[in-house]
Amino acid sequence: MSDLTAGILFIVSMFVVLALVYVPLGDYMYRVVNRERHLRVERGIYKLIGVNPSGEQSWRAYARSVLAFSLISLLFLYLFQRVQNGLWLSLGFPAVAPDLSWNTAVSFVANTNWQAYSGESTMGHLVQMAGLAVQNFVSAAVGISVAMALIRGFSRKLTDQLGNFWVDLVRITLWILLPIAFISAIVLIAGGVVQNLSAGTDVQTIAGSTQHVTGGPVASQEAIKELGTNGGGFYNANSAHPFENPASWTNWLEVFLILLIPFSLPRTFGRMVGSNKQGYALLSAMAIMAIASVVLVNAFQGIHHGTVPMAVGAATEGTESRLGVYNSATFASATTLTSTGAVNSFHDSYTALGGAIPLASMMLGEVAPGGVGSGLYGILILAIITVFVAGLMVGRSPEYLGKKIGAREVKLASLYILTTPTLVLFGTGLAMALGGERASMLNTGAHGLSEVLYAFTSGANNNGSAFAGLSANTVWYNTAIGLAMLLGRFLPIVFVLGLAGSLARQKLVPESDGTLRTYQPLFVGMLVGVTLIVVLLTYLPALALGPLAEGVH
Amino acid sequence: MSAPAVENQAAVAPRRTQGGLLDPKQLWRSTPDALRKLNPYTLWRNPVMFIVEVGSVFTTVLAIAHSTVFSWLITVWLWLTVIFANLAEAVAEGRGKAQAAALRRAKTDTMARRLLDWRPDAREPREELVPGPQLRQGDHVVVEAGQVIPGDGDVVEGIASVDESAITGESAPVIRESGGDRSAVTGGTKVLSDRIVVEITQKPGESFIDRMIALVEGANRQKTPNEIALNILLAALTFVFLLAVATLQPLAIFSKGVQAFAPNTQALDSHGITGIVLVSLVVCLIPTTIGALLSAIGIAGLDRLVQRNVLALSGRAVEAAGDVDTLLLDKTGTITLGNRQASEFIPVDAVPARELADAAQLSSLADQTPEGRSVVVFAKTEYGLRERSPGELQHAQWVPFTAQTRMSGVDLSEEGGGSNRQLRKGAATAVAEWVRSQGGTVPDQIGDIVDGISAVGGTPLVVGETVAGTARVLGVIHLKDVVKQGMRQRFDEMRRMGIRTVMITGDNPLTARAIAEEAGVDDFLAEARPEDKLALIKKEQEGGKLVAMTGDGTNDAPALAQADVGVAMNTGTSAAKEAGNMVDLDSDPTKLIEIVEIGKQLLITRGALTTFSIANDIAKYFAIIPAMFAAIYPGLDTLNIMRLHSPTSAILSAVIFNAIIIVLLIPLALRGVRYRPSSASGLLRRNLWIFGLGGIVAPFAGIKIIDLIIQFIPGIA
Repeated sequence: MSDLTAGILFIVSMFVVLALVYVPLGDYMYRVVNRERHLRVERGIYKLIGVNPSGEQSWRAYARSVLAFSLISLLFLYLFQRVQNGLWLSLGFPAVAPDLSWNTAVSFVANTNWQAYSGESTMGHLVQMAGLAVQNFVSAAVGISVAMALIRGFSRKLTDQLGNFWVDLVRITLWILLPIAFISAIVLIAGGVVQNLSAGTDVQTIAGSTQHVTGGPVASQEAIKELGTNGGGFYNANSAHPFENPASWTNWLEVFLILLIPFSLPRTFGRMVGSNKQGYALLSAMAIMAIASVVLVNAFQGIHHGTVPMAVGAATEGTESRLGVYNSATFASATTLTSTGAVNSFHDSYTALGGAIPLASMMLGEVAPGGVGSGLYGILILAIITVFVAGLMVGRSPEYLGKKIGAREVKLASLYILTTPTLVLFGTGLAMALGGERASMLNTGAHGLSEVLYAFTSGANNNGSAFAGLSANTVWYNTAIGLAMLLGRFLPIVFVLGLAGSLARQKLVPESDGTLRTYQPLFVGMLVGVTLIVVLLTYLPALALGPLAEGVH
Repeated sequence: MSAPAVENQAAVAPRRTQGGLLDPKQLWRSTPDALRKLNPYTLWRNPVMFIVEVGSVFTTVLAIAHSTVFSWLITVWLWLTVIFANLAEAVAEGRGKAQAAALRRAKTDTMARRLLDWRPDAREPREELVPGPQLRQGDHVVVEAGQVIPGDGDVVEGIASVDESAITGESAPVIRESGGDRSAVTGGTKVLSDRIVVEITQKPGESFIDRMIALVEGANRQKTPNEIALNILLAALTFVFLLAVATLQPLAIFSKGVQAFAPNTQALDSHGITGIVLVSLVVCLIPTTIGALLSAIGIAGLDRLVQRNVLALSGRAVEAAGDVDTLLLDKTGTITLGNRQASEFIPVDAVPARELADAAQLSSLADQTPEGRSVVVFAKTEYGLRERSPGELQHAQWVPFTAQTRMSGVDLSEEGGGSNRQLRKGAATAVAEWVRSQGGTVPDQIGDIVDGISAVGGTPLVVGETVAGTARVLGVIHLKDVVKQGMRQRFDEMRRMGIRTVMITGDNPLTARAIAEEAGVDDFLAEARPEDKLALIKKEQEGGKLVAMTGDGTNDAPALAQADVGVAMNTGTSAAKEAGNMVDLDSDPTKLIEIVEIGKQLLITRGALTTFSIANDIAKYFAIIPAMFAAIYPGLDTLNIMRLHSPTSAILSAVIFNAIIIVLLIPLALRGVRYRPSSASGLLRRNLWIFGLGGIVAPFAGIKIIDLIIQFIPGIA
């Protein structure tokens, strides 16, 4: 089997399996979130944290809970790193520097997992397990919870109740993330991913030198790293490291885990709003953009006019030869389409346009299919904007799923859409204006510009993947990208919850023949069009001076 | 007699909502207004155009400091962009201003004859002369033939014909009388005959004409909910593009620094992108097309209503009209012609049909009620019986219809007092009684026919005759409600638009069902009292639906107020006009359908031009990005797919296109996007093709054409 055939098989089998699990997983998540009864173990947890599970929350209370929980997580994770040298299993590493601790704490709490550090030489096992991995679970659960609150805004009427954040958080963590992550971790261990508390061993290499090989609780972190669209690797090399991703089939499994929940959530959404067709519509829009991205990255990596790529048949630079060019390209696409940011190859070394597509995939706003939860609420926001313009064109005050899209809804959706581009462009512009910060670039010229643009795009979109090349562990970048991640995560969440509150208060407008059909292909096409034009056009001037300047001949 | 009742039949010719064409002279006339609107204090309310104006000021300063052909041309066209936007608004307002001027002429302040201590039974109330504006609510004034009514109010005594042409444009006088549903009079209209006492209902300075003037002038025009929402979206897009361009500068400076060998151009030098080009890029990217036309679209929408003699008391109501889910329509006058009409002659006992028709005609000649007229007309159209005038039959003694006899007819005697023929036509029981009293018998068949007609909602009239002392029944006339032509088609259209139509009638359910089925309405409310109407509206609204209705009577007022779109008839009472949010000066209840279409058209026009405006950005990028950066990265010239002549010509072409497209779209903004009733999907598909795809393609062609022309300007090439 040629590399190309294998690559195509990889993609096709991926989409087939995702299609097969769409209904069962989506329905399962629906049942978990909407179950009336509280299980005993859940009630135990509620008692422990002092929450009344039957009390529902208004959007403000829900938002306060999300922010309070995240703030506490942030402070805890910051302090954890700052004192790790005094803790068990620190492997003798010193306390993490304040700016790096801040950056890493924000990064994991914001479900970004941007890593300005090298895992195996910075963090002890305890911080990895009890700090970072825990955030991998709960930050993912926060994203899904917020998406659920938004869906309730659509499905409920004349109420200010959006559910209970603590109930959502507990259930999503316990019954969705934990079981799948647990099983996946076992499978990964079977595939060769390490899982131990070893401080590492020194081995003699073939060349005769000594190498320190670090072990650790890798598999348990690896599974949730992909499943929760987190992306923070145990090792600096992330999924290119043989202990994280030993074989072709574990590579497939990791990509599958990355796409699993984001692609199944539209089903949960469809069930909750009482129309599976609406779920299929969002799924289609996500899938169209995702397939386009996957095909383009593969194409640009496979067809390149450079001397070496011509000679070997594809652009191999920066890819792990165990995994191959195409399976790396697909991984790159999947990790940037979702807000995962795990990497199994180095996007910096991709061809100019091959690297531009992962960048553009993030710039879409992480909606195709996006991070767990965040992808769904992201595309719902874009659907609201699309409905607004399309709704006017059918001669009615725009409405989506029976809710009127009025001034307040448009305002909140606009604020959401403005947040990320503002952070990305402002951050990039500032970095390029400061001579000192430009020095962090590995390359100069257009490629160096791409590195900086990529860093801020990744941070503000809560992706976390690095273009590599940029030395981001400086006080300035740690602070700036930390801010981009923090604001890029929590401002949109507040806008989404505000929107949910505003939608839930409305009555439900019944559908008539004059109502825009938001489940028809026409609307799906327009949603994709609006996403590409409104979101991507914002970045085109910057892209022109980065990857396009390099890549267009 | 002429004037057959048939002429009503053509009442609902499908009239599509279209507006007038744009007169080039109008553009010229509005130019001074457009220039006045450059005042930043007024312009800032339109954030998109305000940014363009600020940019224009900036480029003017730059052009003065660094004079080149390119910088001056860009500056001029940026100013033109703002002026064109103002022009669109000024033209839209100009139409209203002409109407307001005509109304002002009607608003002459008259002296009022105020009656002191008027009571309904007062004989000779005392009278005093006061200036019209001093009248208060509750005052009573007397108006006589030839005098102008000094203020809005209701007639409380008397009946008069009134010339309302000042507000309706209709020259035929209308009857206004106390007590009924035609009691409202409008200040500024003129009494032509008789004497009436009017109770003033307006507050000083808030007369109907005052409100009309304010409305058509758009003096206190408030943004409608959708307009506000769209403005927010446009502001957000403006902000994001502003940011994209502002943050481009450090990137450009860096890139230029790296590629230091590249020559400086008019677009990019070592200080980065030049100010002129930065402003050009911003103006091209922000949604100027829709920003420029947005307020014109709103004003023109209200104006289209005014042209149809409908006054919307708020723009919000016009917008709501587009959203209406349920339309309540009164049966009489809206769905059916005002009166019942003969539709069939059913003879009995082998009486030839023609004989029955002849008898029916003769017996109805003296019946001047619309029903009677319809019998004559039906005999003529169906049986070819020439209409005879009562005068041409000699020795005929006409028996007029009275409420007591419930019959009309004629007694004919031949010359010289020969054989006598008496004809009677009327209610079944009355005619049967009459035939029996003349010694005749009434066949059982009659009872079946009469019951049959009643069962389908018709009114049976029996025709009987006595010839030479022998009385018999000739047959039955079937009178029925005649549904206006074209109604079924319009209701089908409504259904396609997703609007449910409900017929309101005082008839019994049986009759109501028959007419509802014939007219093709979706539902009906029979034996409806005003409170039933109100309850129905509330029920629909609880289900989240928007309801529109028309009404004229005082007892309609609560329902009109409750409805989301309440159209009061101008002939109605002041209470109804107060309660509704629109007034139809023509008092044509079918106009509700047109109002809905205008509401939809207003929204569609906004959506379509927004789509067009945003889609335009793609082509502009392809013009400007290579123009800015191809000098440092020659590869980017690949993006110059239009093969524009030079960087400066490319940028200038994009700016010119951006300005000209505004002027080209003014007629569309004023007229509204063509609207044909169809499903939501059909409308979206059509508009996406035209304005979405068109919005992507048109600027490629437009910019290329402009570039082909301007490349010959020295200093641009």
